[in-house]
Amino acid sequence: MSTVRLSFSPAPVHVRTARLVGVAVARRAGVTEERLDEVRLAIGEACTRAVALHRQYGLPDLVLVEMSDEESYTVRVIDRAPIEAGLGLAALPPDELADESLTDEALTVGVGFALLAGFVEDLQVRPVDVGIGTEVRMVWPVGR
Amino acid sequence: MELSLATRTVGEHTVLEVGGEVDVYTAPRLRERLIEVVEGGARRVVVDLGRVDFLDSTGLGVLVGALKRLRAAGGTFGLVCDREPLLKIFRITALDQVFPIFPTVEAATTVDQAGPAE
Repeated sequence: MSTVRLSFSPAPVHVRTARLVGVAVARRAGVTEERLDEVRLAIGEACTRAVALHRQYGLPDLVLVEMSDEESYTVRVIDRAPIEAGLGLAALPPDELADESLTDEALTVGVGFALLAGFVEDLQVRPVDVGIGTEVRMVWPVGR
Repeated sequence: MELSLATRTVGEHTVLEVGGEVDVYTAPRLRERLIEVVEGGARRVVVDLGRVDFLDSTGLGVLVGALKRLRAAGGTFGLVCDREPLLKIFRITALDQVFPIFPTVEAATTVDQAGPAE
C-alpha cells in the first residue's frame, strides 16, 4: 500500500493541482485509462465542494486530499466546514435545473453532487472521525 | 490547459468558442464573457465546446446562467458538443434535457433561424 497526501489552501486555483495529482496517482495505482476521466472529474468536484464550503464559512484551514492504493484506489477529500452544511446529497430533477428561482450556487451544488453520484460507484459522504468536517470518500477498482 | 475564449459571428448567431479547462477557477471568466456577449446585444448565442477538455459543475452552472439570461431576453442559447465524455456529463446531470445540444456549429446556427426559441 502507498499513500499520497495533498493539502491546499481553499482557493479555486489549487483544485486543478489536486485533479492532476489525483489522476497521476490513479494511473500509477493501476486504475484503467477509461476511468481516468471519471477520477479527474470526481476529485475536482469533491475539492470544488470543499473549497466552496471553506470560503462560505471563512475557514482558512487547508483542504486535505488523501490517495491510497490498497487493493483499490481510494481518495478521501476532507473539509473542515460545519457538518450541517456538508451532507445534503441533492440531485435536481431536470425541470428544476433551469428554473428561474434556483440560484447559481444551488444549481452548481446540485449538479456537483449529481456528477459525484453518477461517476463514482463507491461513494460515501460522512462526518470526519475527529473534529468538525466532512469526508467525501471515493473508491475505484484497479485493473491489475 | 488554460481556458481560451474566442467569439465570432455566423449569420445571426454569435458563436463563442471555448477551449481548455472550464472549472471553479476559470468559470468566472466564461461567465463574464457570456454576460458581455448578451449585454452587447447578441440574442442568438452558441457556445462551441469542441475544444473543451474539462468541464465541471461550476462551468455547467455558468452555461445554465447564460441560458436563463437569454431566455429572459427573448433569445436562444445552444451548445455544440459531439464528444462522448462531455455528453455523458450532460446526461448524468439531466442538463441534456435543458440545453439544445448540436453536433456541429453548422447545425446549431441553422436550426432556429425561423424565430425565437421556446
